[in-house]
Amino acid sequence: MPDMKVFEYAPAPESRDIARLKPTYGVFVDGQFRPGRGEPVKSINPATEEALAEIQEADASDVNDAVSAARRAYDSGWSKLAGTQRAKYLYRIARVIQERSRELAVLETLDNGKPIRESRDVDVPTAAAHFFDYAGWADKLAYAGFGPNPHPVGVAAQVIPWNFPLLMAAWKIAPALAAGNTVVLKPAETTPLTAMTLAEIIAECELPPGVVNILPGGPSVGQSLVDHPGVDKIAFTGSTAVGKQIQKSVAASGKRLSLELGGKAANIVFDDAPLDQAVEGIVNGIFFNQGHVCCAGSRLLVQESIADVFISALKDRLQTLRLGDPMDKNTDIGAINSAAQLGRIRVLADAGEAEGGQRWSPDCPLPERGFWFPPTIFTDVGPASRIAREEIFGPVLSVLTFRTPQEAVDKANNTPYGLSAGIWTDKGSRILWMANKLRAGVVWANTFNRFDPTSPFGGYTESGFGREGGRHGLEAYLDV
Amino acid sequence: MSTTEVAPPPGSVLDVSQDNASLRRFLHGLPGVDQVGAEARAAMLATRSIKSSAKAWAIDTAIRMVDLTTLEGSDTPGKVRSLCAKGRRPDAADPSTPSVAAICVYGDRVDVAVEALHGSSVQVAAVATAFPSGRVALQTKLLDVVDAVEAGAGEIDMVIDRAAFLAGDYLSVYEEIVATKLVCGDAHLKVILETGELVTLDSVRRASWLALLAGGDFIKTSTGKISPAATPPVALVMLQAVRDFAALTGDVRGVKLAGGIRTTKEAVRYLVMVNEVAGDRWLSPATFRFGASSLLNDLLQQRHKLSTGAYDGADYVSVD
Amino acid sequence: MSDRLDVRKTYKLYIAGAFPRSESGRSYPVSGAGDTVLAHAAQASRKDVRDAVSAARKAFGGWSGATAYNRAQVLYRVAEMMEGRREQFIAEVLAGDGGTRDAAATVVDAAIDRWVWYAGWADKYAQIAGGANPVAGPYFNFSVPEPSGVVGIVAPQQDSLLGLISVIAPALTTGNTVVVLAATDRPLAAITLSEVLATADLPGGVVNVLTGYVAELAPWLASHRDVNCLDLTGVAAADRVPLAVAAADSVKRVHSPGERAGIGLDEPGLARLAAFVEIKTVWHPLGV
Repeated sequence: MPDMKVFEYAPAPESRDIARLKPTYGVFVDGQFRPGRGEPVKSINPATEEALAEIQEADASDVNDAVSAARRAYDSGWSKLAGTQRAKYLYRIARVIQERSRELAVLETLDNGKPIRESRDVDVPTAAAHFFDYAGWADKLAYAGFGPNPHPVGVAAQVIPWNFPLLMAAWKIAPALAAGNTVVLKPAETTPLTAMTLAEIIAECELPPGVVNILPGGPSVGQSLVDHPGVDKIAFTGSTAVGKQIQKSVAASGKRLSLELGGKAANIVFDDAPLDQAVEGIVNGIFFNQGHVCCAGSRLLVQESIADVFISALKDRLQTLRLGDPMDKNTDIGAINSAAQLGRIRVLADAGEAEGGQRWSPDCPLPERGFWFPPTIFTDVGPASRIAREEIFGPVLSVLTFRTPQEAVDKANNTPYGLSAGIWTDKGSRILWMANKLRAGVVWANTFNRFDPTSPFGGYTESGFGREGGRHGLEAYLDV
Repeated sequence: MSTTEVAPPPGSVLDVSQDNASLRRFLHGLPGVDQVGAEARAAMLATRSIKSSAKAWAIDTAIRMVDLTTLEGSDTPGKVRSLCAKGRRPDAADPSTPSVAAICVYGDRVDVAVEALHGSSVQVAAVATAFPSGRVALQTKLLDVVDAVEAGAGEIDMVIDRAAFLAGDYLSVYEEIVATKLVCGDAHLKVILETGELVTLDSVRRASWLALLAGGDFIKTSTGKISPAATPPVALVMLQAVRDFAALTGDVRGVKLAGGIRTTKEAVRYLVMVNEVAGDRWLSPATFRFGASSLLNDLLQQRHKLSTGAYDGADYVSVD
Repeated sequence: MSDRLDVRKTYKLYIAGAFPRSESGRSYPVSGAGDTVLAHAAQASRKDVRDAVSAARKAFGGWSGATAYNRAQVLYRVAEMMEGRREQFIAEVLAGDGGTRDAAATVVDAAIDRWVWYAGWADKYAQIAGGANPVAGPYFNFSVPEPSGVVGIVAPQQDSLLGLISVIAPALTTGNTVVVLAATDRPLAAITLSEVLATADLPGGVVNVLTGYVAELAPWLASHRDVNCLDLTGVAAADRVPLAVAAADSVKRVHSPGERAGIGLDEPGLARLAAFVEIKTVWHPLGV
């Protein structure tokens, strides 16, 4: 028969020029772009370790300016502006994000290391959808079910993580503004670029000065913001350890708090599951965004009767994952966001091996420069081992088995976290029974890692409290 | 010598065909297919961006996989001869253009095609078994096959009895395929499932396995006479079936997508799917085909674009 | 006048459906509105807190898993049982909180009616707080409120009966189980209420009532990692910070309302129901 050469996909890279990178980025305070007064740092492309831009970060005095500006904007009009008008500002933002979606996607991939396919198909469109959805709430708050006369809370301090930089900014800013609050947002130190472009968009949409202020900076800027007496509400997405610190620092202060923290979700596969889709769901659950996902399905609980066949199918599937240049449209697995995160993943993966787990990765050469970790599966994982208990926040899956539905529930719930869970079975009554028993804020049945602006998201127990998304997401920003 | 050794279990998967109940147990014991998940996987694969050298390779591979087809009541000998000429040499101006895999015609045009393709690598495929509905007696269907094989067809595209399948009479469907395979002799048998009438992906998976168990060399989506014909989720499920069948039996069977595939973009997406779902060993005309007519011209136009750098027009490829 | 000696009640703790003394063997004198010693209440210890939390955790599965209709009937049954002991509660409120008999009767009636009000919410709140979410894709998606788990409550220090009921009833309505520290100086109505709860079909452990010193017990409740929520209603604003800090170690939901919020004679609103629920959202594909 004819030649049987392998179907090698030629590189299909996005163009870096589309990102319109600037040499420097500062802070956005009171409607003005200016250098922050903190130490400048370089934002790094984690796939290449090259510096993308200099970030003139904020310091405590910038925090003070931003909170003051937000307070003035709140008092002088935004909180009293007709909901119909606030709505139109948010609709404008949604539309401009759509118009500049390719630019934002490329910029996100450069700064974060995630595959362009994900920033293009998930992060950016979902961010636009959040603004579009919450825009419509701005003039309907009295119908949201939180009483006939809800008020905004005031100045909201929002601290977001590096895993979905633009999307998390949208999750935070859209409901806050819709409810009539003003905002000071701190993006993560390693991924400030799309937030600063969002600031540009907000300025372009002519929001009144001070309604949104954005301060790139590190943990000390976050702490200053959280501790600032002028702040009425704090919304934080990040690690459980930092979340606890924030909860302590605002304890009984009267400041409102919502926390979206870590997770160690079980993705549970029964022997009657649609197996091909379950394999996809496990892959999507843990390798989407390099596993840098708080709701990642990092524990596979597979029914013992199909464990061998399922793990074999999973490994076959992992052989087809394409790891490499995040800018390539065919890349499935991009770069780890930072050297520090790569170090954490390595420590936990090594601990998994030391504790007797069987480590496996597909044959996949890693690029020489940049921060990389191969998709990894651990089998023979003891339930007490660190990789079965601790959030790794990387592309590492721990496989455990179960025999009965109750055992699956018990093992799934056996964690201080409670953010998400997955169920794979063709039996409807079992899905609903399991969904009822699982102590998690989001339960995906026969699917995983789906997000929508109308769908509330948030955790039980040490995964945090409060919900983002949908009608429920307004509650954190309303005084009822 | 130990006498306690139990006879090996009836390892052959063919044993599931002893009666309808056994077949039913086997087919309904296959894992279900979640439609939304399957569609999402197909959609994700469709985002692959195939450029430059990969695209050139994919276009030529796709041309080599085409079963260039005409299945009209108005198919005159002249029309069939013209199609055969096109299939042998799709682009007279560029001899590096490969030939197609086969010319696919009705049974009474096999002789014309065999003559026109004499000396070439292009196969003659005939639709048979009272294509497209299959609603005649089995003996009549088999005669249809015998005629085509005797006229020189190297490949037979049969239709399954969808009515029997939907009524749960899997054994009847199975036995018809077995009987057809028998009269095919050396001709390769492609089994058309007509997935547009089976509707659910669970049924597509079961029908695929039924056809593979019964000895079909290829499973084929559609007659082209029913809409929807080949769709990405259906192709996905059928590719999974041949992949899993090969894993179970070691026997590598083929998949043919037919109906509605008109553009290079679609064809390349399907090649990506073959590559990533079944595996690169299926990227051969021996195991993957496109049943199509207008697709070939689009592949040729895209081939021109790659070689000249300029977009092509319809008048630069031949009308068939 | 009869010369029969009255039989006086021993006021004990209420843990896991039983009435034990404190494991510490301690008690403390409880004075009435005057200075007369009304009784010696059990002075709970940290180990009693531990036992109460463990009883509440054990009871959580059953109570949260009961149908909302069943929980509604049990809470309504509490109201029925209280109505039958109305005079006793009036006398106890009068003795403990002071004031006039009419005022005490008003408070007792409101307390009984509060059970009726929350009982009605048990099978309605999920419809108010949950619903279907119109996601942009082929999925059915719905949200439901679920109980957070074990709720640790410091009851109001003044209103020994209405205040207590106003903090425990909403937590129970949505399916939580409760460990409550009764008002330190006015604990007797809480124990009498426990006797009602014990005979109102409320499974043992669903409510656990501890008497003693809030300052001694609350830190153990706040730091206990198997307590999911902390209600600081009965703690003065100035004393809340260390408790809220301790609660943060296990990311507890801390309810820190205004001192009179939802515990007076006015209709309480939904804030206390909303404080101790988690919204769970479930996705499933729509396909054939």
